[in-house]
Amino acid sequence: MPVINYIEADGTEYSVNVAEGVSLMQGALDNMIEGIVAECGGCCVCCTCHCMIDPAWSQAAGSAAADEAEMLEMVDDTEETSRLACQVKVTAAMEGMVVRLPESQY
Amino acid sequence: MVIGGSHAAVQLVISLRQNGWDGGITVISEENHMPYQRPPLSKAYLAGDSSKEQLALRAPAAYEKLDVNFMLGVKVKRIDVQAHQLELDNNQTLGFSKLALCTGARVRPLPIPGADLRGVHYLRTMDDVTGIQQSAASAKTAVIIGGGYIGLETAASLSKLGIAVTVLETESRLLKRVASETTSEFYLRLHRENGVDIRCNTMATALEGDSAVSGVVCGDGLKIAADMVIIGIGVIPNTELASEAGLEVDNGVLVNEFAQTSHPDIVAAGDCTNHPNAILNTRLRLESVPNATEQAKAAAASICGLDKQYAELPWFWSDQYDVKLQIAGMNQGYTDAIIRGDKASRSFTVFYLKDNTILAADCINRPKDFMLAKKLILQAQPVDMAVLADETTELKTLITEQ
Repeated sequence: MPVINYIEADGTEYSVNVAEGVSLMQGALDNMIEGIVAECGGCCVCCTCHCMIDPAWSQAAGSAAADEAEMLEMVDDTEETSRLACQVKVTAAMEGMVVRLPESQY
Repeated sequence: MVIGGSHAAVQLVISLRQNGWDGGITVISEENHMPYQRPPLSKAYLAGDSSKEQLALRAPAAYEKLDVNFMLGVKVKRIDVQAHQLELDNNQTLGFSKLALCTGARVRPLPIPGADLRGVHYLRTMDDVTGIQQSAASAKTAVIIGGGYIGLETAASLSKLGIAVTVLETESRLLKRVASETTSEFYLRLHRENGVDIRCNTMATALEGDSAVSGVVCGDGLKIAADMVIIGIGVIPNTELASEAGLEVDNGVLVNEFAQTSHPDIVAAGDCTNHPNAILNTRLRLESVPNATEQAKAAAASICGLDKQYAELPWFWSDQYDVKLQIAGMNQGYTDAIIRGDKASRSFTVFYLKDNTILAADCINRPKDFMLAKKLILQAQPVDMAVLADETTELKTLITEQ
């Protein structure tokens, strides 16, 4: 199981195992990481699982689909590598990935 | 003690631990499944696009970390408020210091002859969907009674499986109680384009069949063949335990903005509650996941002696075919419906206004409008309707705050 490193907005770090095929959102929820709200549970409709992928892994994470990108456009604290965590499924290539969570989700 | 094991219950136990609750936590659920997501039941799960594992609200290991004890398949018969005890249907009695009611809602039964025939289903639980899938495996025709969101999502999912679907709606149009004519017309067109037969002004009066259902009789005498029937005519909040315990109940368990009931040691959250909303300035009962989870956070805080007010703008969503609808706000009492975009296309927004102020928006394949609509509704300022309707202007220009 790949290790994913989540960093909350206040700097708290979590290093957790997330199974391949599981979303970054579910990985955060299963480990009680507060910075992922996930109001809709992973259907790409609420924009409360915004995360910033460390550039070193942004290729592994891929790019946002059209609807995801449109929602992210309306969020204030996005960065170039921002994604909705529900839309990123963990793969072996994500071993060690660093994911930061935005201030706005607390 | 938490009664109920769905979205509100899960968020509540997580928030309890996050707030530092170090006492024991037990979740008592009538269902035999660990907590799962309900919204996909009528959508991706029914259509076979997601698995049972993907429905789990949290991985089993998460509950171990939280140190939460689950009692599944167990029903609470009575709350003894005086003794602070729960009487269970397995004859056990359990004491509690604090109690959370996350009892949800149950389907509204349709009292017509034949409703108990094999092949007749409701859709609320994972077991309901298992039954629907068993019928769907051999069914060629299905009738759905009720043209609300659940009925329409189910129609889309079954039609994806290759079943000929008919939807019966007693009102003059689909979604009449909740949406504008424009939204109704869009969904009518969408379903017809996908081969679903929609019949408004049509009431089912009986279901026919020997042991299994074979057809639906309508008020006008029309008979429609059906290998399976799904009834989706709304839900009833589960308030009986609360009212028998002497708690105040009025279309839901009455709670304040901190999810507290009329008893100091009992909170309630989710579909079962009737709660005040400071943004809408009214009391209401909602059937929605965001309501369940956000209200549960307030309830958990109250149990821990903290004050966390629940005051969120309601929102909803619906997936049908390749169309994603996101609804922001509540449109009750609207006087104007302004359309942004081409209503004959598959991407437009209906804004609902009263006194030039936006109350709500139905955003059809328009995620950006949805995000902005939420901000505009919360802003609660009169807006220029011409700008709303004019796609060449940016909605962002209507936002005055920040």
